Amino acid sequence: MLDPWTLFFVVTTFALYIGIAIWARAGSTDDFYVAGHDVHPTVNGMATAADWMSAASFLSMAGLIAFMGYGGSVYLMGWTGGYVLLALLLAPFLREFGKFTVPDFVGDRYYSTTARVIAVVCALFVSFTYIAGQMKGVGVAFSGFLGVPFEWGIIIGMVIVFFYAVLGGMKGVTYTQVAQYCVLIFAFTVPAIFMSLIITGNPVPQLGFIGEAKGEGISMLAKLNTVVTDLGFLEYTETNKSMIDVFCITAALMFGTAGLPHVIIRFFTVKSADAARVSAGWALIFIAILYTTAPAVGAFARINFIDTVNEATYIADDEDYDGRSAEIEAEGGKPVPQWYKDWEPTGLVAFEDKNGDGVMQYRGPNAPDGLENEVSPNNDIFVLANPQIANLPGWVIGLVVAGGLAAALSTAAGLLMVISSAVSHDLCRRTLFKSMDDKTELRVARGAAAGAVFAAGLLGIFSNSLGFVAQVVAFAFGLAAASLFPVIFLGIFWKRMNKEGAIASMLTGLITTFGYIYWFKFVDTDPAHWLFGVSPEGIGFVFMWLAAGVGVITTLATKPPPREILELVEKIRVPGS
Amino acid sequence: MQDNTSADEGRAYWQATIRLTIGLLVIWFAVSFGAGILLRDFLDQWAVGGAPLGFWFAQQGSIYVFVVLIFVYCWAMRRIEKKHGVRG
Repeated sequence: MLDPWTLFFVVTTFALYIGIAIWARAGSTDDFYVAGHDVHPTVNGMATAADWMSAASFLSMAGLIAFMGYGGSVYLMGWTGGYVLLALLLAPFLREFGKFTVPDFVGDRYYSTTARVIAVVCALFVSFTYIAGQMKGVGVAFSGFLGVPFEWGIIIGMVIVFFYAVLGGMKGVTYTQVAQYCVLIFAFTVPAIFMSLIITGNPVPQLGFIGEAKGEGISMLAKLNTVVTDLGFLEYTETNKSMIDVFCITAALMFGTAGLPHVIIRFFTVKSADAARVSAGWALIFIAILYTTAPAVGAFARINFIDTVNEATYIADDEDYDGRSAEIEAEGGKPVPQWYKDWEPTGLVAFEDKNGDGVMQYRGPNAPDGLENEVSPNNDIFVLANPQIANLPGWVIGLVVAGGLAAALSTAAGLLMVISSAVSHDLCRRTLFKSMDDKTELRVARGAAAGAVFAAGLLGIFSNSLGFVAQVVAFAFGLAAASLFPVIFLGIFWKRMNKEGAIASMLTGLITTFGYIYWFKFVDTDPAHWLFGVSPEGIGFVFMWLAAGVGVITTLATKPPPREILELVEKIRVPGS
Repeated sequence: MQDNTSADEGRAYWQATIRLTIGLLVIWFAVSFGAGILLRDFLDQWAVGGAPLGFWFAQQGSIYVFVVLIFVYCWAMRRIEKKHGVRG
């Protein structure tokens, strides 16, 4: 289904990204790693928002919330509340420290090459698990909309990212991310406004969310609760997760967000500690625009989906759609909607006529009428099909595709910067070849970025045969929370923390979290065996405390850090001292 | 730290920062983990428009408060910096 509008938006936005890349070439390692330390706080806030909001935030989150109802709150609170931690506990101090990367801070603060190398391993691990998902998203968007084979879609994405990440470094990435933010937020909110108007009569989705269902005299959420329970689902405002699990997942996502290297390095690009604080505030405003709209989109999409699909009469591919749907309507029935037929070939929606009546029954596990569920929609379908469900003009669909690509590419670029700087700066310049000059380091950084683009593309291409990509995102947040957050936090707020403590803490967090997630995702998938009933998604929060505890005990059992480290911590704490 | 006055100012500045940070984190915890998760069933007896209050905090309210918290932090830190003669 090659649509001219889709082609138009994708080509125009890609040309824009390349144009920005050429304009913002990096001339030095300062430019390449931290965009010369002089990005305006608001601009950095916008770039951070695009950096942060990935293909998952844009495409999958609203759909996840639509299915999970209250249970989806873990993503909403988890992926925004982390910015409060970042602004209050990490960003201004790391900016005051004034270097280039997260391992840079760990290596210098803990006066240890071992600690630096472990931090590099954590950063690389987190970033590679995350980037594979982005590349996969790019491939899916291309193959679904532009009729390009999946692999070629990824290769086109790689070429574009190569341009601005390798040429422009952080400087190029920053300004393309600003453009990508504008594209993605426009693409997300326009369909949301129209859907809100249709369902609640209020153009502001956040108000429609708490408003009345149009012309029905009851609130939209009360209507949704009735509709879903009638079909045998759990009430929308309830969840079947335990309270402790909801608590731990939310916390793991918050601390994980604050510990993600590709988010942290964005705050190295501003002028001062004060600018870093303001910038975190702007970033959260830009993120909140999408994150407060998403629950509304989720709820509207659930209502729309049930309205249009449940009890609709199916029309097979070999039947004439227009003729048959007119017939069904004449008989007083409801034909399967056109958008459903459009999306069926992608496998994102599927219908299996279990009772052979030719009608699509969408049911939950406890359906009062005892019927079996016959319709299985994928999370991503809601955002992708929303413009069509709401009968919006064709160009809106093209816009959504361009928005999804912007979200995936901007996050991929941010991750590439972490990977390339970890290799060229932390491994090469600071560990292996200490005499390397600035020019050589810049060349190595470009080479590393190019290598990382290539590796990420391969991961994306093979992600289809490796079905676990969606599963491993839990790794990224859990590991960031348990391995990186405690050492950075303690490094700033506890002067006594020493090298031995930091190494023990990072290793504890890394090994326990990795082991737990691996075990319960791939070996024993029975939730009854979870530790304290905490799922692999939330375990990072539990092991974060363990890692911090091990770090503190080890520190107290060994000798305090040298004098110059105590002075370094003083300097980080008080700006300008 | 060359002279004692600036070292003292630095220490006072840091203590003020810590107090502010703890205060704001208490609110951060209260609106998300408190209102959105732990106390949500209790709060659901009230409503914001058509949404139960605890549910609303979990999906909307906590995010608005987070934004306000960061900007309050920026404003309060500038005041603290001014008071203790620290460059921001």
